[in-house]
This record gives sequence, C-alpha cells and structure tokens, in this order.
Amino acid sequence: MFPLQLLAQSSNYVFPNEKELQWSVLIVLYPYLTGLVAGAFILASLVRVFDAKKVAPTYRLALLTALAFLICAPIPLVTHLGHPERAIEIMMTPHLSSAMAIFGFVYLWYLMAVLLLEIWFDFRADLVKKTEVTRGIVKSFYTALTLGFKDVSKKALQFDDKAGRFITIIGIPSAVLLHGYVGFIFGSLKSNPWWSSVLMPVIFLLSAIVSGISLVLLFYLITTKYRKQVLDIGCLDAVGRYLMFALIFDLTLEGLDIVHRLYEAGEWVEVLGLLSSGYLYYTIFGLQLFLGGLLPLGMLAYTQLSKASEAVRTKLYAISGFLVLLGVLAMRWNVVIGGQLFSKSLRGLSTYKLEMIGQEGILASLFLLILPIIILFVLVKIIPPWGTHGAEPEAGQGDPQPV
Amino acid sequence: MEENEKLITRSDLLKTIGQSVILIGVGAGGYAAWSNVTSKIAKKTTKRTATGYPASPWYAMAIDIEKCIGCGSCVQACSVENDVPEGHFRTWIERYVIKEDGSVDISSPDGGIHGFPEVSDENVTRAFFVPKLCNHCDDSPCTQVCPVGATFETSDGVVMVDYDWCVGCRYCIQACPYGSRFWNEKKRTADKCTLCYHRIKKGQVPACVEVCPTGARIFGDISDKESPVAKFVRENATNVMKPHLKTGAKVQYKGLSKEVV
Repeated sequence: MFPLQLLAQSSNYVFPNEKELQWSVLIVLYPYLTGLVAGAFILASLVRVFDAKKVAPTYRLALLTALAFLICAPIPLVTHLGHPERAIEIMMTPHLSSAMAIFGFVYLWYLMAVLLLEIWFDFRADLVKKTEVTRGIVKSFYTALTLGFKDVSKKALQFDDKAGRFITIIGIPSAVLLHGYVGFIFGSLKSNPWWSSVLMPVIFLLSAIVSGISLVLLFYLITTKYRKQVLDIGCLDAVGRYLMFALIFDLTLEGLDIVHRLYEAGEWVEVLGLLSSGYLYYTIFGLQLFLGGLLPLGMLAYTQLSKASEAVRTKLYAISGFLVLLGVLAMRWNVVIGGQLFSKSLRGLSTYKLEMIGQEGILASLFLLILPIIILFVLVKIIPPWGTHGAEPEAGQGDPQPV
Repeated sequence: MEENEKLITRSDLLKTIGQSVILIGVGAGGYAAWSNVTSKIAKKTTKRTATGYPASPWYAMAIDIEKCIGCGSCVQACSVENDVPEGHFRTWIERYVIKEDGSVDISSPDGGIHGFPEVSDENVTRAFFVPKLCNHCDDSPCTQVCPVGATFETSDGVVMVDYDWCVGCRYCIQACPYGSRFWNEKKRTADKCTLCYHRIKKGQVPACVEVCPTGARIFGDISDKESPVAKFVRENATNVMKPHLKTGAKVQYKGLSKEVV
C-alpha cells in the first residue's frame, strides 16, 4: 500500500471515470519498439555518414534490426485500438492538429523512403549475386528483390553507395523525428503533469539511442558467437564508447527532468512524489536509473578507463547492453503506466495489474518482443548482413570496411 | 585503439547536423506557419455575435454550487437518458467535507448516483457538493488530439464524439484534464456528455437540468442576453475548473471553493 497520508490535506480521490487505465502494456511496447528502430538506425548512420569505420561490422546488421523492429512497431498500437478496422482513417482523414495523426506519415516515410530504400541500395549487389547462384523459384524471388536492376559495374556500385549515403543523411533527421515525435505525443499533453514536459521528446530520443545501440551490440555479439567468427574487439570498444556517451547524455537529461520537477514543485508535486516513492519506486530508481543507467555506465566507464582484458570487456559490454535494454523498457513503463496511475484530480492514485494471458497480458507482450527477432532471423537468412559487400575492392569508395 | 583514426570528422559532423537542422526546421517551420495562418484566417472569418460569442446559439451551463444538495437525480437522469454504461459517468457529483484540522474529504460514491451517506464526523467546518460534467471547452484538448477528427465542436459550441468515426485510440481520454471522458466498452469508442444534444436541438434542456430539484444547473444559449444562463453569469461571480489550463471551458461555477479539484 502507498503511504496515503503523504497527501496530507486530502483523502484519496480518483475521478469516477478514471477507475481503469486507458493505455496498457501494449502502449509501453510501442515507444520501446519504435525507440529501438531509431537507435539502431542512428548507430548505422555513424558508419555511413560519419565514417566511423570501427563500428562498420555492425552496420548492415543494424539496418536489418531497424527494419525488423519497424515492421512490428505499429502492431501494439493497432491492436490496442477499439476499432482496428478504422485504423486506416488515421492516414485517410488525418486531423492535423493531432500529434498521433502524424504517426502514419512519419512511419511510412521512414519505412519506405528511408529504411527500405537504404537497405535496397546497400544489399543490391548481394541480391544480384544471389540471383547468379540460385535457381528456380528462389532465383525469381531474388530477381524480384533486385527490381530488375542487375548492373553491378563499378559505376553502378558507386551510385548505390552515393544514394545510400544521401538517404542516410535524410534518415538521421527522420529517425530523430520518428522517435522525438513519440515523445511529443506524451510531452504535449497539458492535462498530465507526469508527461507534460518539453524534455520528453529529447529524453525519448536519447533513451531510444541507448536502447538501439545496446540491441545491435547484443545481436552482434550473439550472431558472431553463433557463426563461430572472431569478435572484432575494436568494433565492440567503439560501440561501447558510443553507448557510454549516449548514456551520459540520457542520464543527465533524465536527472535534469527529476531535479527540475522537484525544484519547481507545482500543484502536482505531492501526488507525483507519492507515485514515485510508491508504485513506481522500484521501476524508476531500481530499474530505470540504477540497473539500467548508473550500473551500465559504471561498467562502460571501467572498460574505457581500465586495462581490462578483451574477454572481460566483451562480458561487460554484453551485460551493459542487456541492462540498458531493461532500463529503457522500465523507463517506457514508468512514463506510460506511471502517467496513468494518478487521477487528474491530483488527489489520488489508482493501480494497474498486469495480466498473464489475454490480448494485453504478459504473454502477448513477450510475443511482441520476440516477433521482431524472428523477423530479423528471416531477414538475415534472406540477405545475410555479414557483408562481403563492404569488403570487396570493387565496392564504392565510401563503403564501410571491416577493420 | 589507433590515435590517428578519427571516428567522426568535424566537417562531416557539422555538415550532417546542419542538414538535419535545416530539414527539421523547414518541416516544423512550414507546418507551424501553415497552422498559424489557417487558424488566423479561421478566427478572422468567424464573426462574433453582439454579445461576443462565435455563434448564436452558443450553448453553456452554469452551476450554482450552493444550491446542489447531492441528491443524485441528475446522474440518474443522465444515465437513463443517454444509456450510460454502468460504472461510467457523463455527469457526476463530488462531495467535499472540510474538517477542523483543514483536511478535505472528497468522495463520489458511484458518481453520486444514489446520493451520499451521512457524514458521521462531527469535526466538520464546511461541506458542499459539486456537480461535474464535460466542460465543452472552446479550445478543447480532446478535440486537438483526436487523430481522425472524430471528436469535434459543433457550430453551436458543443463538443461531440462521432461514434461511427472514432478509432478508439483513447488519446482524447488522456488529454481531458477533467476526467470527463470515459471508455465505452459497448461502442468500443470514447464517450462523454453531449449536453443532451438530441434534446437541446428540440428546444428542451439537458436531462440533468430538467430533473434538478433545486435549480442548481442553469442551461441555455449564452449568446442570448435574456437566457437564464447569460443572466446568471452576468449577475454572479463565476469561475471555471482549472482556469490556468486555458481550455475555454463553458461550464461556469458560482461559489467555486479552492478545495475543488
């Protein structure tokens, strides 16, 4: 039970229409999945645009990861609608003053104009090669994927590379928009003091970046071990370093948000204090800030500052990545569920019980977290990202070279 | 790690940041400018009535808190008239009991539909009832956030939900600062008070106003100087709920005490 006496001057009063939560765990997963997409893409863009050659081995894996998760991102959203059959109206008759109405467009833009196009340019040479070594229906499948562009001359590959680079440049603000916008959906509501913050889109974006980097880091570790290849420790160190810097920014902003709220101490301070010292205590301070933030930050700092062996560093990166993923999931939970646990009367708290089964239960959520991994597995089978493409001398000049 | 290998060159970084900023800036600026222009055109072309309202009729409600006895008739009438699902409320009554030690006991058992139990505590300095309903805000946050425009304000100032258009995303329920909206499981859409639009368009008053035994609810066309609601608002000091949120709430309260949430 919560220490309700903290609301000293009032009884626990929840508006009668607020007895149940409107947005369930599905809406926790939606910003989580979208964030992983944006983060994975931004890691990939480091290679492409910023020429961060050391993280090149993760480049194509990061792109496919972004695609697999992007395909799944709208599933929790659409499933949660009261009338999923009307979902298309969000795009056909959008109400432009609504932040949510823009989702369909941002999503489609990102999927069609950025990710698919970039992946196509990047894997086209591989696809052409596949058409040469396969037969029958598989060959037709790969031929279809090339869209008939089978020219792999040096000039054509250079064009692919240039186009890919251009798309990435467009893609960075698009990824920022995709996830910043998700934060805006929450941050722009003046009805809810837990959400209403100009920092919300920025915090969402930074937590997206740390989660995306962590995910690709883990996938890189797992797939390399699974394929019995040698881990590129230089790559891991570089990814770890990016993760550390992103985490510093992320935690700084989250800290600023907390300090600002405590110092400003508006009319909501009692009920929000009650919330974060009660129902959300473990998920905020335990999971989000300590296990998912400070602890991995400490580990990452240790890998950078100490002379730890490669094996130790690898383990620390893996643990940090896992913890950050957990912490960001907790952050999404704290925002989405936390923002609905207090009444807009600011005089009372309600509760949320996560069911095991059912459309909005734990099992359905786990399925939604596993589904993109399955899709990624299929994608990796179709177009293996362990690219020879970047390493080949005839590939475009700006292409990533594994180090 | 090699010292001479820069992960990011400065010019690349600047270039990309520059391009990103320009792209985002152009997009956001364009959208903001467009909305600004369209809203200004809309405001300019909206003629105001002689009494200063956007249209006539312009429906509003006033509530005289001192007159409410918390009998629950309005909640019952609303529930029957509008087939409101059990456990949800288009209108409800709150009771505030202020004790000698300054604490406030707020309650609304079943939305006050069956009235309220007697107060047993003797250390009560003051108690009163506050009927609540949708404020039919002129700048309503719920209308703003609806992704498909299923929530809208009618030309006579009533905020409504088009149940055949609502996708059921519940964003409007989150955006309402007053807890006036609820999820209708039967319709699988958002739901709320309509000011009994089906009645008022026939010249009747909303069900809650009709049954109130003490006349605590005053309804009418506020753009008409002679209407009871215009008169009431003119002659009494009134206020709206959460005025700092600037939602343009149309339900005005006389005797609104600071304890009211």
